[in-house]
Amino acid sequence: MSAAVAADACPRVSRRFRLQWEEAQSAWVLLYPEGMVKLNQSAGEIMRRCDGSRTVPAIVADLEQAFGASGLADDVAKFLELARAQQWIER
Amino acid sequence: MSAASIPAQPGPPLWLLAELTYRCPLHCAFCYNPVDFATSGPELSTDDWLRVLREARAAGSVQCGFSGGEPMLRDDLEVLVAEAHRLGFYTNLLTSGVGLTEERAAALKAAGLDHIQLSFQDSTRELNDFLSHTRTFDLKQRVAALIKDNGWPMVMNCVIHRLNIDYIDRIIEMAVELGAEYLELANSQYYSWALLNRDQLLPTREQLERAERVTNEYREKYGDRIRIFFVVPDYYETRPKKCMNGWGNVFLTVTPDGTALPCHTAKMLPGLAFPNVREMGVREIWYESEGFNRYRGDGWMKEPCRTCPDKEKDLGGCRCQAYMLAGDPAAADPVCDKSPAHGLVVEALARVESGAGRNVPLVFRDPATSRRLVAGES
Ligand code: SF4
Ligand code: SF4
Repeated sequence: MSAAVAADACPRVSRRFRLQWEEAQSAWVLLYPEGMVKLNQSAGEIMRRCDGSRTVPAIVADLEQAFGASGLADDVAKFLELARAQQWIER
Repeated sequence: MSAASIPAQPGPPLWLLAELTYRCPLHCAFCYNPVDFATSGPELSTDDWLRVLREARAAGSVQCGFSGGEPMLRDDLEVLVAEAHRLGFYTNLLTSGVGLTEERAAALKAAGLDHIQLSFQDSTRELNDFLSHTRTFDLKQRVAALIKDNGWPMVMNCVIHRLNIDYIDRIIEMAVELGAEYLELANSQYYSWALLNRDQLLPTREQLERAERVTNEYREKYGDRIRIFFVVPDYYETRPKKCMNGWGNVFLTVTPDGTALPCHTAKMLPGLAFPNVREMGVREIWYESEGFNRYRGDGWMKEPCRTCPDKEKDLGGCRCQAYMLAGDPAAADPVCDKSPAHGLVVEALARVESGAGRNVPLVFRDPATSRRLVAGES
């Protein structure tokens, strides 16, 4: 599945889901017909950057800058694979 | 987690179910509306509902379902959907499709409606008709096309019972033909009107097994084209469902007259006062009211639930079913085979096998019957 994704792909939240910040839950959530997935903090931070305009390396760089961290590429790649399998993101 | 750790303090009411009206053009014998619906008080006004939406959203609600009766009968539906959308709700409409014209579909789309769940319901009193009845099929076909044209996901629901379960293949074919992406085949659960008709509606074990087999065959045949969910009637289980995911845990139902409930049938429970949204704000209802606090946590449990190692899994099952069958809302759900009243469920299944109810006419949901039943009870 992930093998088919181009290196310069810009992942974006799938049309089947709506990503939104929920103050009452202090979390990003994915909404879909009659259901909801509550994302943990790192998943939320990755997903909110999946806006169809950034490549995966750009998302990683942005996260590393925002959180003063380095070496996040593997974690991001792993999450994106899971997110694709769940059809949360396209591309 | 230890067995004593079920928290009594809930999170926000994530799910708001707005039952806009009990009016309905249909007469389903399995209707989940209360049997006494016709004696319910006046419907909330548009302004009341707008206030409820704002209060619920402020309290953390995020999924909003508009149901009924038939919610299309409220001509302010578009106004309510627009406000819910503006507030950031994910909006769901649960409808039989009657009254969903091209104009209204376009208005609902413009208002920001996210999702429609279209139910196959019986539009006539001839139950078998609904499969062969061209008017029903034409209606669903028209509405299904509207759903597609407006870019909504195509989600269908069909309540299954003894009288249609043997036609499950045709129901699935029909859903495929209508372009459904999701199909929920939900066996009737035995509350309200369905309880009155239980002897006629509960399928036999053989019917149920066949239906599950057929459903699996179709899953293989169609793969990703249509996702089919099959919900077994809980009478055929030995452990109860975790009803509403826990009492007052995530679900808040507001009935047409403004009564706030932890589930749409809870009003039947004795000795409980449920607040009305005309008199109390949603936050106070959710966190402070006696009705919502009564069966939270596990402090209310009796044996065998109190010391049961599985109590976190199902929280003792459904309070309404415990009351309807065992006569005590704090008892274990009789679906559980540890319940002293489990024999009642076994007996109901035995009655089905012995053909009880075969020649008994169905009681159809309509206002006149509702009033007659209320008069007969008092
Ligand atoms: S179950 Fe049938 S009768 Fe009851 S509200 Fe729904 S469509 Fe109307
Ligand atoms: S005894 Fe009560 S808690 Fe235990 S499984 Fe049965 S219903 Fe659930």
